[in-house]
This record gives sequence, C-alpha cells and structure tokens, in this order.
Amino acid sequence: MSNQPVDQSRRTWVTIACAAGGAGGVATAIPFVSTFQPSERARAAGAAVEVDISQLKSGEMMTAEWRGKPVWIIKRSPEMMEQLGKHDGQLADPKSERKLEMTPEYARNATRSIKPELMVAVGICTHLGCSPSSKFKAGAQPSLPDDWPGGFLCPCHGSTFDLAGRVFKNKPAPDNLEVPPHMYLSETKLLIGEDKKA
Amino acid sequence: MAEFKVAPADASAGEKFMTWVDNRFPATKLYKEHVSEYYAPKNFNFWYFFGSLAMLVLVIQIVTGIFLVMNYKPDAALAFGSVEYIMRDVPWGWLIRYMHSTGASAFFIVVYLHMYRGLIYGSYRTPRELVWIFGCLIFLCLMAEAFMGYLLPWGQMSYWGAQVIINLFSAIPFIGPDLAILIRGDYVVGDATLNRFFSLHVIAVPLVLLGLVVAHIIALHEVGSNNPDGVEIKQGPKDANGNPLDGVPFHPYYTVHDILGVAGFLFCFTAVLFFAPEGGGYFLETPNFIPADPFKTPPHIAPVWYFTPFYSMLRATTDQMVNVLAVLIGLGAIANLVKGPGSGKVKVGGLVAAAVVIGLLKTFEAKFWGVAVMGGAVVILAGLPWLDKSPVKSIRYRPSWHKLVYLVFVINFVILGYLGVQPPSEVGNVVAQVGTLIYFGFFVLMPIWSQIGTFKPVPSRVTFKPH
Repeated sequence: MSNQPVDQSRRTWVTIACAAGGAGGVATAIPFVSTFQPSERARAAGAAVEVDISQLKSGEMMTAEWRGKPVWIIKRSPEMMEQLGKHDGQLADPKSERKLEMTPEYARNATRSIKPELMVAVGICTHLGCSPSSKFKAGAQPSLPDDWPGGFLCPCHGSTFDLAGRVFKNKPAPDNLEVPPHMYLSETKLLIGEDKKA
Repeated sequence: MAEFKVAPADASAGEKFMTWVDNRFPATKLYKEHVSEYYAPKNFNFWYFFGSLAMLVLVIQIVTGIFLVMNYKPDAALAFGSVEYIMRDVPWGWLIRYMHSTGASAFFIVVYLHMYRGLIYGSYRTPRELVWIFGCLIFLCLMAEAFMGYLLPWGQMSYWGAQVIINLFSAIPFIGPDLAILIRGDYVVGDATLNRFFSLHVIAVPLVLLGLVVAHIIALHEVGSNNPDGVEIKQGPKDANGNPLDGVPFHPYYTVHDILGVAGFLFCFTAVLFFAPEGGGYFLETPNFIPADPFKTPPHIAPVWYFTPFYSMLRATTDQMVNVLAVLIGLGAIANLVKGPGSGKVKVGGLVAAAVVIGLLKTFEAKFWGVAVMGGAVVILAGLPWLDKSPVKSIRYRPSWHKLVYLVFVINFVILGYLGVQPPSEVGNVVAQVGTLIYFGFFVLMPIWSQIGTFKPVPSRVTFKPH
C-alpha cells in the first residue's frame, strides 16, 4: 500500500466513471427485460369472438375461447334463478361493488347479466387462475357446504362461486368472477370481447 | 505470486508435469485445501452423507438434463409429444427421463435431510451464517428449477401448476398483474411461457445454482465443518503441524465414507427408478400424462410433494386467518411492551411496527397474504442464525424437551405436506391454519424458547470412539 495522500480529483473521476458505467449497464438491461413482454403476435390475438348460443339448453353451460381464456355461457333454469337471491348474506360481494372493472355496468344487477337467465363470465378463478368446475347440483356433497345452492367450485384452493359467478365469503378468491365485455348481436348470437360502449 | 519451482532432475514424469502445472495454475494447492488437507471433524455420522449426496444428484440432473435437451422441443404444440417420443422411441430415453424426474424428487429428499441436519446440530450458528445463507439461496434456486422444469412436459399438471404459481405474483399489490404478464409473456400461460421457462431451466438457473454451490463450499471450507457435538475443532488441541487433533483429512477417510453413502443412496434411487418411476403419482402426477388443456383444470390439482408444505400454508391464509394473524401480532407487541428486553424506545417502536403491519394486513386482500406467508415460510429459514439464541449448538447438549420441540416441528411439516396433497376441506383447512401457526411459532418464538431449560455441559473435544 502506498502512503500517498488521496488524490481527490482522481477519486471524483473514478466515481463519475463508475456512475456512467452503471447507468450504461442499467440502460443495456432495458431491451433484455423488454423481451419478456407479450409479443406483438400475442397482443394481436385479443380480438372479440362471436358465439352461437342457439344450441344451449336451459340448465346447461358452454365454453367459448376469448384471449386464450375460457368464457362460460350458462343458461340458468328457473329453479337456478330462484336460488340466486337467497344466499346474499353468504356472499363476499353480492352487489359486485368491490372492483368495478370486473363487472361492466350493464351486468351490475341481481343476476350479473344482460339477459336475466344468460350468464356470461370468464371461467378463471380470481384467486390464482384455475378454472373452477361446475357443481350445478344443489345440496350437500364433498368439498361443499350442506346448504350448497349450486354454482362453481375451484379445485385448486376450494373457492366457491354461485351461479352468477359471485364468490362466497371466507374463501381464498377475493373477487367475483369477471364478466367480460359482451353484447348480443341477435337472439342467438353473442359477441364476447366488445360491447356497445366500445 | 508463488515462487517459480523447478522439479529435481531425477523427478518422475508425473512430478515434473505437476510442477509445470502448479507454476501456472494452483492445482495442487486447491486439491490440498479442499480435499487432501481439508480437516473435517472425525465424528461425522450418517447425517453428513446428505451434503455429498446433494452434489451427486446435482450431477445426475445436469448430465441427464443435457441428454434430454437433445430430443425435447420447447414448443406448446410439440412439447408433450416430444417427451413421449423420448419415453417411447429414443433408445434408452425412458431411463434418462425417469432419472431426471426421479432425480428432482431425490434432490428435495436429500436437501430436506441436509437442512434438517443443519437444524439439529446448529450448523448455521457463528461462524457458519454465510454457509447457511448460501444454502438457503440454493434451496430457492432448486425450487425455481423444479417449478420451471415441471412446466416443460406440458401436461395438465404442468400447465395448471404454472398458471397458479404465476398468478401468485399477480397478488402483489400495485405491480402484480403487470408482473404476471411479464413472467408469462402472454395473457395466459402459453408458448411464450414454455419457451422462456425452458431457457431459464436449462441455462440461467443452473448457472446461478452452480455458482452458489461453489460459494457454499468455499464458505464451508473457510470456516470448517460443524459436527454432531457442535464443538469447534479449530479451537481444540492441535498436532505438531497445527492441524486439529479432532479433525481428519477429508481424503481418503471421508471420500471412502461418502462412497458408502452413495452406495446406499443408489440402492434406493435405482429401486424407485426401475420399480416405481412415477413414485405412486407423487413424483410424476397422474394428470400430467394428459396434454395441457387451457380450458379444463383437472378436478384436483396439487403441486409435487416437495412444495406441498408451503402450498398448505398458502391455502390456509383466508380472511379469518389474516384476522388471527393481526390479533397475534398485536398481542406479541403488547407482550413485548410488558415483558420484553430493550429500551422504552425499542418497545414503542415494536408497537408502532405491529400497528403498521396490522394496518397492512387489513388493507391488502387475503390472497396477497397467502403468497406472503408462503414466501415468508421459505425466507424465514435464512434468519435461523439470528433467531437461535441457545448457548449450545448441538441438540445433544440441549435440554431434553427441545428434542420434543423439533419433533413437533417435523411432524407438523409432514402434516402440512400431507394436507397440501389432499383436496381442500373444512377440517383440513383448520388443521393447516394451526400448522401454519406452529411453523411460524417455531421460528418467531425461537429467541425465547431456545434459551430456556437446563443445558448439558459441552465437552471440549468431540465424542469419538475409534473402531
């Protein structure tokens, strides 16, 4: 080690050089990190899809694909409709007020739908993205409470949703199922991914 | 720089060659420092097999991985088929693939036992804190390797497991949803995700892992190995050359010793490999033999067994559980105020910190806290060197009831692991919630319980009976 006094002007230059080099390093990282974003092709794949619902029978459900996600279309039977209003006390957010972007304005009603019997929802649990399975049969059964009104059970972490996609209280899922933007082109044609507003 | 040496004129060709090398690269020096003159305590028991076994499994994983990559296709349309191609059409491909998939589970078995050894003999205590922390980082890397590797076969479990774990990140407040998209490279798990996981699994993480393993061993050889008695052999008596009397050169004693361990390990490993390569659905889960279907979650999805204890804790964190945590943190702060050590300022600081944490607990949703609990359960391990305040290192000289505490901790960990494999249920959830509290209680209360009781006198030399 030398005992020469520290040359402050050299120290300053060393500091500046290190700072400039560091800034350059960080700047170089930007293009690398940016490649992690969805590619232009993935972005373009998000167009709206048209679904023919003429074959859907009462009490049944069909699945359409939109942006790679399953979208459920459920035609609720009169018995199912009757159940809907009865368990508001057990729901975490019965009126879908918590996160407004999850439910478009035209679906922010008692049935969370445009047409009362037709439910449209993204079939992805708001907890960690599993696709819940349909448990339409009411009553006691494994993994479900005894007063089960019919709805959906997420197999991953046990969150339950009713037939309007509303989440039950005290479950891991924080929100109701997302209702995607959608509109009816005719009685039997449904457009998912676009609504009149857009 | 070392002095330039010249081999005597009548030296053997081998000696001349090594002199030539050693003048240019410290080969002999490295060999002496880490193998032939690395003094390890002579009282190691079978628990000390698992470090070298972990190295062996790492080598198995790297070698089999290299050969799998030669036939695997990281493409959402081809991946599942290419794995089946390896299994059916590539000569001996099934063996390489099963070695790799069984190796993953073997890795975790060996590493969990290796960590348990550190836990009971206090191997993380001063001066081995960095050995332990490098080890914790290795464990994190292993988890990342296992998780990303499991996506590659592109089966149902691969797909939905990845979907769930990536969505964990979206629970992080503010940046979460964007972060999840950045990880997937798409709005759902897809081809982009598979491709990048492949890259990370075969290049990035293994590189980091190897670096950490080197750091782990350099740190270990700097401070020397601990032993079942927790006695520092460097502080004990020394021979004429200054080497500890309680130590023995690693080679040949422990190299031969470890070969015995390797033989025992290979018995078990090959038994699974040839007779139960799927490990009864625990090493390779049954739904993973169905190609990934983004529209249908399998009726019951569970991570591979080695993640399930942590997964149980994630599942256990519901709104109720968050309330329980808030109350416990509040009570802890009050208890600290009344009975804790430290000045008034520290106590008030504790109270303020607790109030802030409770506020945060109630602000963000339970989903985020589930992720935080799961991450915390892994990260808290790194805090052990500072949480353990026991006056002795090894379990051998601790109060007998400490053994009971460790027993409860291990049984609790196994129960959490079992629950994580099971479908969600009301009772299971309550048990998992209690289990989560026991798991964290073990660590958080360790500064208190590890000091209580009558400790036995620690001998000045290791206990060793020559055969």
